[in-house]
Amino acid sequence: MDIKSLEDRFNEKIDEDVRIEPKDWMPDNYRKTLIRQISQHAHSEIVGMLPEANWISRAPTLRRKAAALAKVQDEAGHGLYLYSACETLGVERDQLLQDLHSGKAKYSSIFNYPTLTWADMGAIGWLVDGAAIMNQVPLCRASYGPYARAMVRVCKEESFHQRQGFEIMLTLCKGSEEQKKMAQDALNRWWWPSLMMFGPTDEASTHTEQSMRWGIKRFTNDELRQKFVDATKPQADLLGITIPDKDLKWNEERGHYDFGEINWEEFFNVIKGNGPCNKQRVDARKSAYDNGAWVREAAAAHAEKKSKKQAAA
Amino acid sequence: MKNWPLWEIFIRSKAGLNHKHVGSLHAADEEMAIQNARDVYTRRNEGVSIWVVKSEHITASDPDDSDPLYEPAKDKVYRHPTFYDLPDEVKHM
Repeated sequence: MDIKSLEDRFNEKIDEDVRIEPKDWMPDNYRKTLIRQISQHAHSEIVGMLPEANWISRAPTLRRKAAALAKVQDEAGHGLYLYSACETLGVERDQLLQDLHSGKAKYSSIFNYPTLTWADMGAIGWLVDGAAIMNQVPLCRASYGPYARAMVRVCKEESFHQRQGFEIMLTLCKGSEEQKKMAQDALNRWWWPSLMMFGPTDEASTHTEQSMRWGIKRFTNDELRQKFVDATKPQADLLGITIPDKDLKWNEERGHYDFGEINWEEFFNVIKGNGPCNKQRVDARKSAYDNGAWVREAAAAHAEKKSKKQAAA
Repeated sequence: MKNWPLWEIFIRSKAGLNHKHVGSLHAADEEMAIQNARDVYTRRNEGVSIWVVKSEHITASDPDDSDPLYEPAKDKVYRHPTFYDLPDEVKHM
């Protein structure tokens, strides 16, 4: 079949909402876009373990500690689902990791901010996981089958993350004056980076239009950001803390909250590698990879020896 | 460093049901594949049994052959019970 008719068939499937599977023909750019997006997503899960890992040993109670451990372990799992989905597109796992380590591949810029207090664990669960869920739920219907299936698993597991974060915030807000201050401080620091998680505005986004056409994205960045603000404002009210945005107010006419201008200079600066923790995060990943090399080699050598023994027997 | 081989993971969610494909992972050998599958795919009681198969051992049909493979079944409606007309008096058959 010639390229033109292959392309027509592919577009027909997209229009009819039929999932694309690994062995199906797909345009090179569709494959490339998916590899970029899915690997970036996988890297975000893995790098996202780092800011929270900091607090596992410092969790205030055993209950909190067990939950933090389970959450970080989930994130490792989510990274693995996504790496596997990405590999069905014909790219090797090792290549994906090299691209993360070299800085060629990106991950969500939110993880380049430091976690200074225990309240940050609450704010991350509530806001960062909340924003991630907003992003991820529509991805369960993404046009690429393995990605959509991975997202279904991720979303099922993710809602506990947001609830445990909100519960931490609620406990702090119902606590002493000092604890409530900690919660407010965490909201102050995480609010704007959370809004940035949805990516550049629709006007500035280079990938949105094509990705929507291909059914990889179902909503634009600005649509999802608005949904997030609308959902989160009443939750902040319930906690009794204030979102750090003087322009945030209900717009009766639109039926949505209006909110202030995002500092895009900061966003692009963090993406470029100049956030507070970029270097620390990538160094941590590299050192985990390098220091784990002997384990990978030993396991491979052991497996080879065992299979030789079995063959001889 | 070469990648560890890729394994396809199948989970039986409870006794009486089929093993079902859930995804894949890398592991050095079958034993590690089962251990990793337990950690990656059954953290919330999703399974009572795990199968692991090296991905390279799976042979898949070619999507381009879909027409010759599946088309012939499409016009054989007489393979379905609803094709046969029965009087209303026959209540269950």
